[in-house]
Amino acid sequence: MIYDIEYETMPREALEAIQLRRLKATIDRCYASVPFYRKKFEAAGITPGDIQSLKDLQRLPFTTKQDLRDNYPFGMFAVPMENVVRIHASSGTTGQPTVVGYTARDVDTWAGLMARSLMAGGASRGDIIHNAYGYGLFTGGLGAHYGAEKLGASVIPVSGGNTKRQVVIMRDFGPTILTATPSYALHLAEVAEELGVSFRDLNFKYGIFGAEPWSEKMRGEIEEKLGLVAVDIYGLSEVIGPGVAMECHEAKNGLHIFEDHFIPEIINPETGEVLPYGEIGELVFTSITKEAFPVLRYRTRDITSLNPEPCICGRTVVRMNKVSGRSDDMLIIRGVNVFPSQIESVLMEMQNVEPHYQLVVDREGQLDILTVMVEVSEAMFSDEVKTLQGMEREITKNIKEYLGVSAKVKLVEPKAIARSQGKAVRVIDNRNI
Amino acid sequence: MRAEQISVFLENKAGRLCEVTGILAEAHVNIRALALADTSDFGVLRLIVDDTDKAKEALKKAGFTVGKTNVLAVEVPDRPGGLHEILDFLQSSHINVEYMYAFVQQTGNNAVMIFRFDNTDEALRVIQEKGLRVIDGKTLYGM
Repeated sequence: MIYDIEYETMPREALEAIQLRRLKATIDRCYASVPFYRKKFEAAGITPGDIQSLKDLQRLPFTTKQDLRDNYPFGMFAVPMENVVRIHASSGTTGQPTVVGYTARDVDTWAGLMARSLMAGGASRGDIIHNAYGYGLFTGGLGAHYGAEKLGASVIPVSGGNTKRQVVIMRDFGPTILTATPSYALHLAEVAEELGVSFRDLNFKYGIFGAEPWSEKMRGEIEEKLGLVAVDIYGLSEVIGPGVAMECHEAKNGLHIFEDHFIPEIINPETGEVLPYGEIGELVFTSITKEAFPVLRYRTRDITSLNPEPCICGRTVVRMNKVSGRSDDMLIIRGVNVFPSQIESVLMEMQNVEPHYQLVVDREGQLDILTVMVEVSEAMFSDEVKTLQGMEREITKNIKEYLGVSAKVKLVEPKAIARSQGKAVRVIDNRNI
Repeated sequence: MRAEQISVFLENKAGRLCEVTGILAEAHVNIRALALADTSDFGVLRLIVDDTDKAKEALKKAGFTVGKTNVLAVEVPDRPGGLHEILDFLQSSHINVEYMYAFVQQTGNNAVMIFRFDNTDEALRVIQEKGLRVIDGKTLYGM
């Protein structure tokens, strides 16, 4: 079923007319209300009037995560704070998370997009949605929640964690839709099995999984173990949150981008050149309806390609293929975005800890395990084991506090971390996603 | 009256200890006493050697993280209860022992224990006041 039949199945020509109108309005607003954009336009010698076609979008400069950090916390907001009704933030070290804001209309837009997504994923009014995305600053929990209510489904705001209680709720409340990160879904199934509850005997029909990369192999495993149809959802807080693009359960072949709200581009991450449909590159988004936090040509760093072929589900919008990687060194650990530089800041902030480190990511069972290897320098070394163990604990605690991710810290000898051509290898990802 | 101890950070991996003893052998450093404290991931090797600076330099050159700490070498009567009397005395004097280990050689009829205290100066004062014998570094390295 299609939630917004008019917009989701619009003929290309009509869609592009709407896109251009909305794009122009967004550009006007950014230029008038966000000093950052005005400066960028001026530096590039462009005025809003220069953008007369969708192709002209290519003339605009890109916006990067660093730009958002430089304007921390509210510098990118395009409306006065009294119009902002919600604030979300991505993980960051002290003072450096990415902060996004929403007007009441933005919250409503987002809920509508999530309602579309949930319906594309098989949900409808009358379904009970077990929402195991984390609630809080992370956009996953509240995003899915508002969408579920908009759709008219019954939502259980169970959030992440407390897995045993979740299993009891799943058994007793009989939810029909599961929303979670794919790795947490598999973890749920494992814990359920330990408690003698078979997922296949529960009422689940569809699972809507996202916030971390997962493969077709993992889809097969989830569908087999959980006895449901697993579909992929995409989003990022900088653009709006989950609900930027969504796979339909009919085709399960690429994620429909809601182009009446976001214009996607694929670029060569090295040169910035825009690539044609079908070619693989970095995904870039321009929001065209957001009020509080519009983004122009935001570089997601996600690597994928676009597919304009019509879909069997009837949607006419372009599809993005599953994200195959990143054009930067960001890791996604149990749904949390982690940059090696954030770990480095944590280590640097701690007295005496020289940041010679390496991140090793493994998947044990269904959960990502992050190990941070830190080389012991003379300054941090102690002849007392308890001091060294205290240091390990402190690093773990600080990483958890600043980044929101649990890490195992391991002290290693100097030069234990492999260096390639003199440069330390910062990340070893042993997960075969 | 203090003695110097070097400590070496070791990962809990096969062959690491052997690597250290090899480096010291090559540098003609004689190990006088040693103790190893370990966790599941790493260990700290503590050594009293005949030439602290030479040992430290050789190990650092080989890439090890090396520290230097002051410890006290205290004579302990070599009979039942000998060590207990000293520990009992230290406890009643509120001196904390971080760790301790035995020295290989005896002096006369006494054993020698290496003590690492949280406050070495205070420990030295109290121990000397009590009339216990502390062996200075130079004598210790040559024993």
